[in-house]
Amino acid sequence: MSSLTLPELEQRLDEALELDLVRLSPEQAAKGLAPFSREQQERALHWSKIAAQAHVQIGQQVSIYAATALGLMSDEVMGRWVYHALDLYDRKGLFPAVEVIKSVAQYAEEAEARARGVEFDESATMLGHFVQGLSGRRLLLEEGESHWTDSEKIYLPPFVGDFEQRADNFQLYKAQLVTLWAENWYGTWRLVQKESPQGETVQTRISQWLAPRAMPERDLLLLQRLEIIRIDAQLQREFPGIYRERARLLQLMGTPLLPAGWEYAGSALNNPEATLETSLLWLDRIDDVPPPRLCYQGVWQIDALNRAAERRAAQEQGTLQYLLWKVAEELQLSEPEQQKAKFEWRFTDEREQREGAPEIELLLEDQPVAPPEMMSELVHSIIQDFGELPPEYLHPAGGAAFDPDRTVKSAQNVWGGTYHEEGAFLYDEWDGPRLNYRKEWTVLREMEAKMGDLHFVTETLNKYHRLVGQLRKSFEALRSADLLLKRQQNGDNLDVDAVVDAMVDHQQGREMTDRLYLQNHRHDRSIAVMIMVDMSGSTKGWINDAERESLVLLCEALETLDDRYAIYGFSGWTRKRCEVFPIKTFEQPYDDGVKQKIAGIEAQDYTRMGVAIRHLSKLLNEAEARTRLLITLSDGKPDDSDGYNGGYAIEDTRMALLEARRSGIHPFCITIDREGQEYLPHMYGPAGYTVVDAVDKLPLKVADIYRRLTL
Amino acid sequence: MNHPVAKQQIEEIWIEEEPYYEPVGEEIALFESAYHNKLPLLLKGPTGCGKTRFMEHMAWRLKRPLITVSCHDDLTASDLVGRYLIVGGETRWIDGPLARAVRSGGICYLDEIVEARKDTMVVIHPLADDRRVLPMEKIGEQLQAAPEFAMVVSYNPGYQSVLKELKQSTRQRFVAIEFNYPDPELEKRIIIRESGVDEPIAQNLVKFSEMTRNLKGSGLDEGASTRLLVHTAKLIVSGIPPITACSAGIGQALTDDPDMVAAVHELSAALF
Repeated sequence: MSSLTLPELEQRLDEALELDLVRLSPEQAAKGLAPFSREQQERALHWSKIAAQAHVQIGQQVSIYAATALGLMSDEVMGRWVYHALDLYDRKGLFPAVEVIKSVAQYAEEAEARARGVEFDESATMLGHFVQGLSGRRLLLEEGESHWTDSEKIYLPPFVGDFEQRADNFQLYKAQLVTLWAENWYGTWRLVQKESPQGETVQTRISQWLAPRAMPERDLLLLQRLEIIRIDAQLQREFPGIYRERARLLQLMGTPLLPAGWEYAGSALNNPEATLETSLLWLDRIDDVPPPRLCYQGVWQIDALNRAAERRAAQEQGTLQYLLWKVAEELQLSEPEQQKAKFEWRFTDEREQREGAPEIELLLEDQPVAPPEMMSELVHSIIQDFGELPPEYLHPAGGAAFDPDRTVKSAQNVWGGTYHEEGAFLYDEWDGPRLNYRKEWTVLREMEAKMGDLHFVTETLNKYHRLVGQLRKSFEALRSADLLLKRQQNGDNLDVDAVVDAMVDHQQGREMTDRLYLQNHRHDRSIAVMIMVDMSGSTKGWINDAERESLVLLCEALETLDDRYAIYGFSGWTRKRCEVFPIKTFEQPYDDGVKQKIAGIEAQDYTRMGVAIRHLSKLLNEAEARTRLLITLSDGKPDDSDGYNGGYAIEDTRMALLEARRSGIHPFCITIDREGQEYLPHMYGPAGYTVVDAVDKLPLKVADIYRRLTL
Repeated sequence: MNHPVAKQQIEEIWIEEEPYYEPVGEEIALFESAYHNKLPLLLKGPTGCGKTRFMEHMAWRLKRPLITVSCHDDLTASDLVGRYLIVGGETRWIDGPLARAVRSGGICYLDEIVEARKDTMVVIHPLADDRRVLPMEKIGEQLQAAPEFAMVVSYNPGYQSVLKELKQSTRQRFVAIEFNYPDPELEKRIIIRESGVDEPIAQNLVKFSEMTRNLKGSGLDEGASTRLLVHTAKLIVSGIPPITACSAGIGQALTDDPDMVAAVHELSAALF
């Protein structure tokens, strides 16, 4: 195969990237690619096309920089380069993605390091568990420019690849994390005593403590090193394994922990009683240039630390005071007594004060009181900051703003990964052509379902009066029932018929069977079913009526069984606005409220199916059952306005169904789309769907299909 | 006629030697008092915190045989009460473990009672109040319990499943004793005593278990139990390196999640 000529290349690029639509010229790219072999040119075209599917500009940039990339990278690395850019595009937008494409030389250089390095994405979950296991306030791991902490989150660089060996890089990454955890845990951020100009002792943060000094910035670096020396000594005592690795890393790097001339400081900080104050004391005695950084030394972001500490202090003081007020309330103190009530506290075990979480006891007028359960985590967090419970924290005060039941909820949302989009769920989406997930691409919310007119349900029941009776009867046959199994090897009772037969055999000298028992066998269905109803715009009119009628009949029939079932509608408009409408949750009974919500189902916007499947399978997996069914009622292909259609939509839906199946769910689809044969086998598998060819038959069919599915 | 079910479940033991047990609170006095007052007992607590060992200890202390039945979701009333078997051409009634304990005045310990089928509760109820009788429907008898008989059931309230809740009508018949993991000092002593491991290693194992308990609820369903710590200590005593022992004895035993297994591994590597 000969190489493509310049005009050919231009034409191919035009086709692949659809450049003419956006008035970009393929000229530069074509020129760059012209000298390459046909095979290389095809590779460049391939990756440009994939990138262009996300955004035409990224595609164009790939086509331009492909010429450089071909010279520097293997095909595999080139793929990673493009995917990395696309990931960035998904998460952060066009500009950072284009930057990655442009810095192709740098990427190629790093690619080698990446192969032996450790990345945040691959190790964050594990390290998150690790750091939580170490004890102390829960710290959230996030990716950042460098490694630092604000005492609530720990930021780690996206990648560490300083060493030749992967294992060493991992140890370094872990050591960096441990440093930040240890600074939090061993009290580097605590308040320090300081003499005010008026001669009083006040508590202040390190930054203020250092501010009046001649060289505060230099001193901050010196202090950081002193603190690391202290921390390493603590680690040596409590976590010898961690310490061993840290010492080894320093040796590999050739930087000693103790700079020359710091020996006295070192032995002072080695004392188990040493605290931040010890480091500050030695800061005065060391007049040195800051020593070179250690490989696991973090970056101190004092401003961020102060901000987080102040915010937390206010929040925690408020919450603790609120909880104490609740305690006082439960003790049924009168209002003025509550105002006056003064709690005290003490460590229950002095020895444990230094090791692990301290146990404390709460006292009210010398009488121990039982603290509410959630107080313990809070108290530990406060003690981590202050080393004690400051007296002003111990006055009960009722401020509903600090009611933890209210605040915890929003906090949990943050933990749940909905940080960027308050109150919403984020799901990945499968990008078929790219063969890769788009991270946290879709934003889904659970919306309140509309109430309709109850009349619709009564009407439907009248209309299908005879059918309902039949359905009930056929469903009753499915009910969990006790079956008496005869002639079993084991059982509760003797099967008299079997015994008589056996006796006869015995008398006649034949072999006697051992199947002599009756066994009560409980035929236990244990099924949970999630019914997922298409509420896209195309269902408007009689399809919608048919869907609602089907649901009414299905519910009526399901009520005769013990199967747990939930009904959710889904719709949406672009990836930022995916919505599901809970019509009936697993816990809700089938009551008038649910009936009204069924009646209120309305055609809405588009059909972004993948995200709805992912969310509803998550809910379904939380239901207690042996068999889990996900039934989709739909009228056509998945489809959304922002390019979610055709092959892309089908592949994403298929992937979502595969994920569901992997988690033990049986998906099934009931559709009225006569063309369903074309794509449904690919999505649901050959036996995973039914096409109902006439809309008016849908209500008659759905319950029956369900019955057969679960027979 | 072989009855594998019956054979496996019944362990009737006269315990001759004192089983090692470290009291955590007042449980021994409570148990003895309930026993002498003919009150049934309910032991609550997480898995591996010493409920079964406590029962062995108490059976030894009270000099009664102990019949332990591990309940499971196919355990029926007849498995407890008894059934007819064919022996040599005629039917013969064979007592189940509960009936044997009731007749002979033993201690019947129904482990993980919530796992049993609902119908087993029916036979437990009349035994668990002041009637102290076991209805034996199939032979039309009511068996009056011997004065030395005692019934003890256990369950783990930590399971989050709603299906595994004990009904009020059942639980309100029992004197309940709550068990929890022993405090660190005691736990260390137990590990040393049970496995013969050195004190510093036992100390680290206890600390390690605290770390896993920090992870409870955010990745782990349960922290490492005292039983797992003892297992791990035994592995260490027989020459397995501590980090490997922690991984096999605790990490892999707690979870299948690869990230969590790796994290637990790193935690043990931090200590040893």
